[in-house]
Amino acid sequence: MSPAPRRTPLYERHLELTARMVDFAGWEMPVYYVGINEEHRAVRARAGVFDTSHMGQLEISGNGSTNLLRRALANDVDRIEPGGAQYTFLLNEKGGIVDDLIVYRMEGNRWLLIVNASNVDVDREHLAGLAARGTAVRDRSDEYAMIALQGPLAFDLLTGLWPKRGAAPDAMRPFSWVEQTIAKVPCIVARTGYTGEPGVELLCPAERAPELWDAILAQREHGVVPCGLGARDTLRLEMGFPLHGQDIDAKTTPIEAGLDRFVAPGREFTGSKVIERQLAKGVKRRLVGLRVVDRAIPREGYPILADGEKVGTVTSGTLSPSLDEGIGLGYVPPALAETGTIVQVEIRGRPRDAEVVPTPFYVKQES
Amino acid sequence: MAADESYPEELRYHREHDWVRMEDGEAVFGITWYAQDALGEVVYFEPPAVGARVEADGSYGSLESVKAVSDVIAPLSGTVTAVNDAVTETPELVNDDPYGQGWLIRVALDDVASVDSLLDVAAYQALL
Repeated sequence: MSPAPRRTPLYERHLELTARMVDFAGWEMPVYYVGINEEHRAVRARAGVFDTSHMGQLEISGNGSTNLLRRALANDVDRIEPGGAQYTFLLNEKGGIVDDLIVYRMEGNRWLLIVNASNVDVDREHLAGLAARGTAVRDRSDEYAMIALQGPLAFDLLTGLWPKRGAAPDAMRPFSWVEQTIAKVPCIVARTGYTGEPGVELLCPAERAPELWDAILAQREHGVVPCGLGARDTLRLEMGFPLHGQDIDAKTTPIEAGLDRFVAPGREFTGSKVIERQLAKGVKRRLVGLRVVDRAIPREGYPILADGEKVGTVTSGTLSPSLDEGIGLGYVPPALAETGTIVQVEIRGRPRDAEVVPTPFYVKQES
Repeated sequence: MAADESYPEELRYHREHDWVRMEDGEAVFGITWYAQDALGEVVYFEPPAVGARVEADGSYGSLESVKAVSDVIAPLSGTVTAVNDAVTETPELVNDDPYGQGWLIRVALDDVASVDSLLDVAAYQALL
């Protein structure tokens, strides 16, 4: 028996909005409120608000905290300015991705890691195993709620809730964060997201989350709508952003996944030997974007074929709401990873032509 | 916009959430309000070929929402005489009008009397 799914501080709000709830990573979460396509389009055109409180928060503190993260994370934490954040990986000795996460540099020796919901315990144990005496790894996930506000009107909306003093929210650089009071709720506002649109992710005390959620949704003139995990998934897939547990996991490396730019080699960290070797000698498979013809939809687990032979597997797929065509991510041998290569995806027994395309799949037209 | 929940009296039903309407001696198949609601917004219909056999309780095609793929189950056996191309073109008709414009295929039944083996509306609704 699996334990009863956990609920975020916004659970009652989701029920009031008649969300369709699903079990995701042990959490009872909204998959959609009205419909995935409609929510997806709202984020591309206006603004959407997401409950991402299932995400985990690990705090690393103490004299050895920076050293711990230098050894544990694949990207270089010394490149993070105070007030900055960075996308990075926790790797195992084989270079496999234990988790992908965002690390925030807080004051002094303190760091905050935003990790995937299903990996909180694994990450905490992994980090605690590497921690020297006097370095604390603390799970603060229960104390924080997290709300993502994303879309071209996200900053207009946020400006209406922003105190007069201080720099305007749209002046924030990508991957920077500030402490700010939004609608009387103390928040960490980070200019990050998982949709490819401008926007922020707000961390606030768990018990204050409903106030913040209500204040954002009250900004009706910006056309903001609540969005579920369904739209979150189609939005991230249109950008080619990988999902841990699906496109990347402890058996795939950042180099295989084409995430080289988030790895800082030439340093010693867990898994660095494998990373250096793969950078020098290449990899046996690469994660690529696939676009399928005829509106057929690739799905997780479908075989990828070349000359009738299975050469790989689709790891994520959907009908792209913005492009109205089947898109997916999957691993293929490097010889088949070049843009323009035609492979087949076997969709319920029928091979369908698919073209290897660069990601993001979706690129906003400048008006 | 999605339809309101309903289960028309004049249809016969299969426990896998399919309906049958007899028209001019042929059977029209579709999925019920419950099935389209569970699936969510339909974005793709893969129909059988006209002339193909369908077998009772077997899959004859698939419907996909953004998140899920679902086989469509034939309530009765027969031969496909028509496919609703409007649904192939505009799959959300299945959500908008599951018993009308959202019909899926038309079938010449092996045995017209077999329709009597299906559930009536009360028996079907008792399963929901």
